Amino acid sequence: MTITRARWRGWLAQAALLLVLGGLLWAGVANLVHNLHSRAITVGFAYLGEEAGFDISETLVAYDATSSYAAAFGVGLLNTLAVSAVAIVAASGLGLALGVARLASNGLLRLLATIYVETVRNVPLILQLLLWYGMLTELLPTVADAWTFGPAYLSRRGLTLPWPAPHAGWSAGALGVLLALVLGGGWAAWAARVERRGGRRLPRLVPIAALLVLLPAGLWALWGAPVAISVPRLASFDFEGGKTVSPEFTALAFGLSVYTAAFIAEIVRGGIAAVPRGQVDAAQALGMDGAQRLRFVVLPQALRVIVPPLTSQYLNLVKNSSLAVVIGYPDLVSVSNTTLNQTGQAIEAIALMMVVYLALSLAIAGLMNAYNRRVRLVER
Amino acid sequence: MVTSSAAPPRPALWRRGWNALRRDCFSSPANGLTTLVLVGLLLWGGARLGSWAFVHARWGHADVAACNALAGEGACWSVVAEKWRQMLFGVYPQGQQWRPALAIAVFGAMLVGSGWRACWRWRRLAVLWLAGSGLSGWLMAGGLGLAPVASDQWGGLPITLMLAVYGAVAAFPLGVLLALGRRSQLPVLRAVSVAYIELVRGVPLVTVLFMASLMLALFLPEGVSIDKLLRAQIAVILFNAAYLAEVVRAGLQALPKGQTEAAQALGLGYWQTQALVVLPQALRVTIPAQVNSFIDNFKDTSLVVIVSISDFLFAVKQAVIGDLDWRHYFVEAYLFAMAVYWICCFALSRYCRWLERHLSR
Repeated sequence: MTITRARWRGWLAQAALLLVLGGLLWAGVANLVHNLHSRAITVGFAYLGEEAGFDISETLVAYDATSSYAAAFGVGLLNTLAVSAVAIVAASGLGLALGVARLASNGLLRLLATIYVETVRNVPLILQLLLWYGMLTELLPTVADAWTFGPAYLSRRGLTLPWPAPHAGWSAGALGVLLALVLGGGWAAWAARVERRGGRRLPRLVPIAALLVLLPAGLWALWGAPVAISVPRLASFDFEGGKTVSPEFTALAFGLSVYTAAFIAEIVRGGIAAVPRGQVDAAQALGMDGAQRLRFVVLPQALRVIVPPLTSQYLNLVKNSSLAVVIGYPDLVSVSNTTLNQTGQAIEAIALMMVVYLALSLAIAGLMNAYNRRVRLVER
Repeated sequence: MVTSSAAPPRPALWRRGWNALRRDCFSSPANGLTTLVLVGLLLWGGARLGSWAFVHARWGHADVAACNALAGEGACWSVVAEKWRQMLFGVYPQGQQWRPALAIAVFGAMLVGSGWRACWRWRRLAVLWLAGSGLSGWLMAGGLGLAPVASDQWGGLPITLMLAVYGAVAAFPLGVLLALGRRSQLPVLRAVSVAYIELVRGVPLVTVLFMASLMLALFLPEGVSIDKLLRAQIAVILFNAAYLAEVVRAGLQALPKGQTEAAQALGLGYWQTQALVVLPQALRVTIPAQVNSFIDNFKDTSLVVIVSISDFLFAVKQAVIGDLDWRHYFVEAYLFAMAVYWICCFALSRYCRWLERHLSR
């Protein structure tokens, strides 16, 4: 009796919720249609095909002011991905080092790592970015007096590095790296499957390393084996040759890495500390050497603890890269904001931006969940 | 563990310190070498930093010329001495700045009160928050004997505290409802809650702020407009609620099923079960996580500078970057802002650490 009444109440409550949400939506859309009509804005994504008319300071693909808004959006997305990828790699490395340092036997090292983590974590990222960016653009010397590190230069214009002179061979080599990563991943998955099925352990490290070296090198050689490297040289006003990484990119990548590394350090520390001391002792008693202990005993157990929170840190990093807009790095948000101001298509521009971030979040979460399934404890 | 009734006498302090130093810093040759290298690096870096920040620095009131004379050799802390009012209170009318100062104190008292265990009763918290909100609102806005000050003149630290405190207080009920909705048996309710939580957590706060500042107006009837500050506040609340919902959900999941079943066996309905049995326990175990979420929220409020809300960071930035004379000393100003944020966040995280120990006893 009461169960059916409770069920009725449940359905009634849900119907009411739907009614309220629907009503809000209906009222909102009605207002929207009216407002758009009175401001003479046409809804839709047709604007994406129009000429953007603004320049973007740094692009990974060909783009100029006559390109379309869609192209500008793509450029922004690629910039977001580029800075996130660089920062994820750097933050992981730095975070790992700091996490290990927080467990070091040396007390002073431990103390310094703790100070780093506690300082960086408790200050807003946006403030750190503003500080780095200001220092890079105002306190560094001008191009004429740039700091020299061998063939590389650091100045207000950014970081200038020697870079391969444009040639199809280099592109082929870069493609080779991507191809090797895909093939290597495939080989690892295949080897894991064979091992699960029959217990035969196929070598993984050597073939994948060979693939990573030989495939890019082979493609590079096949496409003419270019060796010309463009070395930057100080001309009258600016550097000639080489590759200049903008202060915006440098500040953002550096700031994101420094900030996220503090969080990753805590995760790594927690993960390693979660492996009971007895496990290491037992492995030692079985005659395993240091590398084997790390490879077969400590890491598999630590990774199980580390991976889920690490995923959310990577997600945070990608989302935090949207702070690029305060230092003028042309990322997705920055480009969308310009587009929005020029066209007035606020809804479309913001919706596109959100969909892209959602898709990125889901993609990273999906990848890390797949990995997590592999490392987690298999219970009977 | 060996316990003995006659504990050996504790060695002298210097002896214990010496032992700790030997154990931590000189246990082996490699360890000792590491220590020496680190000490060397620290001395080198510390000497340079100390010479800039203290030895050659200029403190107290001074004009720009005096700072420029330092030629970058020392820090110009005078920028803080000259500009602290603008940094803390934004463009709030000069003669009335005791009011935002008091409002900062009121917000501080609200935070301290909420963290004080004797206050953890719903009625006491409600009184505290209502009184605090009313008082700080009156101080900022004026009326009832105080000169009125429009919200576009508010700025600085009170805005940051306001965004953070209301961002947590108002997000709390919404977060609890979303967490309950996510674990509800009712499919529509569950779907709506999951969609909201995952959608908000999947996008950066910047986009939500953009939505509130640029898109919201299009969905409102013509002629109706919401204050810019209030729109940012709503965005912070809606964003924070999704994260709080996940915090509360962790608490709900940690609760043994027997609790709900026992409550149902006693004849309690859904809301009675949640209010009297489930939530008191679930919220209690997640208090440290809630404090952590508040720290994140506090740091995140600084993002409102992107939509030109005059919070503390914005005021600091305006105070130096907006002044051609002083703009060269932005490092000192940003370090001051960092110190303020750091003190707040570090104190909160220490409190959180203390709570974790205190509550588990």
